[in-house]
Amino acid sequence: MFPQWFATAQADAWASFQSLPAPRRGDEAWRFSTISALDFSSFTRAEFRGEASEWIARSTGVADAAATLVFVNDTLVHSQSRLPDGVICLPLAEALIQQPDLVQQYFMRHPTTLGSAKFSALHAAHVSNGVFLYVPAGVVVQDPVQIFHWADGDSSTILPHTLLVTGEGASVRVIETFQSTDDRAATLTIAVNDLIAEKNSTLDYVVVQALNQNSKIISINASDVAKAATSTSFLLSTGAAWARSESISRLTGEEARSYMLAVSVPSHDQEYDQRTFQHHISPGAYSDLLYKNSLYDESRTIFSGLIFVDEGAHRTDAYQTCRNLLMSNTCEANSMPGLEINADDVKCSHGSTSAQISDEEIFYLRARGIDSDTARQLIARGFSIEVISRLNHDATEAYVLNFLDQKFATLRMRDVR
Amino acid sequence: MSLDLLPETLDQETAEAVNIDRSIGDFTFPERNKFDAGRGLTEKTVDYICDVKNDPQWVREFRHRALKVFRDKPMPTNWATEDLNNINFDEIRYYLSDGEKPKRSWDDVPADVLETFERLGIPQQERAFLAGVEAQFDSEAAYSNVKEELTKQGVIFVNSTEGLKEHEEIFRPWFGKVIPTGDNKFSALNSAVFSGGSFIYIPKGVKLKQPLQAYFRINSESFGQFERTLIIADEGAEVMYMEGCTAPKFETATLHSAVVELVALKGAKIQYVTVQNWSSNVFNLVTKRGLAMEDAEVRWIDCNIGSRLTMKYPGVVMKGRRARGEVISIALANTGQHQDTGAKMIHAADETTSNVVSKSISVGTGRSTYRGQVHIPKHLKGCKNNTECDALLINAKSRTDTYPAITVKGNQHATQHEASVSQVSQEMLFYMMQRGISEGAAMSLAVNGFINDLVREFPMEYSVELKRLIDLEMEGSVG
Repeated sequence: MFPQWFATAQADAWASFQSLPAPRRGDEAWRFSTISALDFSSFTRAEFRGEASEWIARSTGVADAAATLVFVNDTLVHSQSRLPDGVICLPLAEALIQQPDLVQQYFMRHPTTLGSAKFSALHAAHVSNGVFLYVPAGVVVQDPVQIFHWADGDSSTILPHTLLVTGEGASVRVIETFQSTDDRAATLTIAVNDLIAEKNSTLDYVVVQALNQNSKIISINASDVAKAATSTSFLLSTGAAWARSESISRLTGEEARSYMLAVSVPSHDQEYDQRTFQHHISPGAYSDLLYKNSLYDESRTIFSGLIFVDEGAHRTDAYQTCRNLLMSNTCEANSMPGLEINADDVKCSHGSTSAQISDEEIFYLRARGIDSDTARQLIARGFSIEVISRLNHDATEAYVLNFLDQKFATLRMRDVR
Repeated sequence: MSLDLLPETLDQETAEAVNIDRSIGDFTFPERNKFDAGRGLTEKTVDYICDVKNDPQWVREFRHRALKVFRDKPMPTNWATEDLNNINFDEIRYYLSDGEKPKRSWDDVPADVLETFERLGIPQQERAFLAGVEAQFDSEAAYSNVKEELTKQGVIFVNSTEGLKEHEEIFRPWFGKVIPTGDNKFSALNSAVFSGGSFIYIPKGVKLKQPLQAYFRINSESFGQFERTLIIADEGAEVMYMEGCTAPKFETATLHSAVVELVALKGAKIQYVTVQNWSSNVFNLVTKRGLAMEDAEVRWIDCNIGSRLTMKYPGVVMKGRRARGEVISIALANTGQHQDTGAKMIHAADETTSNVVSKSISVGTGRSTYRGQVHIPKHLKGCKNNTECDALLINAKSRTDTYPAITVKGNQHATQHEASVSQVSQEMLFYMMQRGISEGAAMSLAVNGFINDLVREFPMEYSVELKRLIDLEMEGSVG
């Protein structure tokens, strides 16, 4: 049985879900968003009871993973691990039974503030599985932990929860991938992932969202970064009809470092709605955000970012950059890069650009015998790789790049002017 | 007495020629209003204003429609500051005037009003460098005059009441077209109770060498000033318009809510310069927008030093090919002030370009905010926007925010936005102090250096004054 605190939390969350208003036009947190995309009435929870071997076989990530967990519709269908002693890596459903107190300490500690409070309450009310990873003080996990989520069956909803904790001086890298079992089934994913990096620890979290083009996903990501800890959260988005991501970083100690990275390649009529928040609570912390979008066809992106420096958070060093590469004449990029600074002695800057590939760049490549389509794709790929290379881990970069190239392969010949 | 006084005297003279600093604006004369619409806003208030002003029927209907829109619209506190809720619309006096027509000569202006504007240096400025002046005292213009040769060329420079009556054929087609009544709650409020402000028409090809100036003065407590300005530059015409404003520092809040519409027809150029120095009890909620047709240019040069809360986002709708829009903005927010300023650039034709440069300084617990919107819709080609916002924080509790929103559709465009926040570095101060400059003076030099390139965009007479104003505001800010 799940512990009492969890049952209470779920009941409270359900009450919040029912009482919280749905986002409306005019809500700043949903400015430029397509509110009609939030009609989830056709979706229901659906457990997976089929044969999982195909999805297990297709869950190939990096070689030499330290642990692998495969879920289909939130049901654990496969797991293996060679994690060092002391590391706790459990499906959430088991962790709640085996480590109830430890999970309680970290489970959804902060309210969702970037717009999706109602959906985060829905997640909390019905969450049944996910991953709880706890790396105790001083333990360094060399190879990545990988998590695969497969969404299966039309109208089904999955609520994956990922809770990652690195104790003092610990280190780990997690790669999580969201995919669909087929090209058609419209599914809804409401994912919550919380990263807690304690003093001096390093926590890298890499997400690949490659759902089919009928699906929707909301991902609510929060990182707590303590003194001298480093957290990296990276998101590659190539799939889904509509994807909303909310990512917040709380820097709570001196010399805490947070990197927030994202690469998106939307096409067709895909809409990616990204909201970020860099919260400098402690003085002397560093955060750097880089989001890059390459927009094809009729796609839309919304980037709304805020660097928020608390009163007294002096010597803050914060950056925020959103760059949009416009690959078609019908795409739409919305950028809202924001700053709220309540302390002096800070270095903060943000930049946002939207532009197409310049004719000079194309000319340069064509002069070397590269046709114009290939040239455009090469440049778009290079544009994205600048972010991916910040992951500083060859195997992870190769894994992410593979998904990027799969997306580019489908776009071949379509980015003609 | 001594030679020391000499530079002092010279300074004084320069100062007097361009004087509108805060302390000098802080005086008031007893009210002697013949017409007073009383406190609060109802249909009766609107009718009272219509009756006093002898408005034509279409204006009366326009005002009543606007009142309804004002009531229906919620306060925009979903994105704006909660301080807006402190405005008590029932306590405000919406119309005050002595019932006199604007005078063409300062000699005819009532003595206390004349003294007001003399203390603010307006007649002196007019003689020195202005092509025409309108001076508004509470709801109505006390003085309005333009140089004779300009009148001969067909330049019209009158107040809005006269504009809508005497020049209806030019006034009416553009009035409320750049900023519709329902644009926002405060543009609706202005549309319901507007009084004063300028109507300017510059005929085809006429290029004004000297600027026109308007000066807005609030004299009465709990008063709301709602001037309405419409400037039309016909094809190939050029004009620079400057506005200044002050109010005494009353105990209660005062509201200033203007609507300013600019129309630059083909190849015309309009520059609109504002030095806003309201006292720190004024809510300054202003809607300003220009329409730029083919090859036309609209520039807003905006400096906000005063007021309790300013919300002002000058905009340009670039409706014709190769139209250009620009906003140059300086804001200084001292303790108790919130300067919420920005720019709106709406690209609506091919090859239109816009530029926004905003610099703000926050002192003490002052808060400065940049809010911007850039919109480039589908099916346009070759649009460009550049936006730069820099904020300087002087004290530990100073605040600054930046909230831009940029929408680009299609791939034939380029936009870039950059913002930075910094403080005056200890090294810089140390360097200057080591050379015998006091800390306060060093800070002032650093701040002036920060905005120097923008100050140069202001007419010379204003840039001298701006530097002085900023020196004044910076006094005692260190430590």
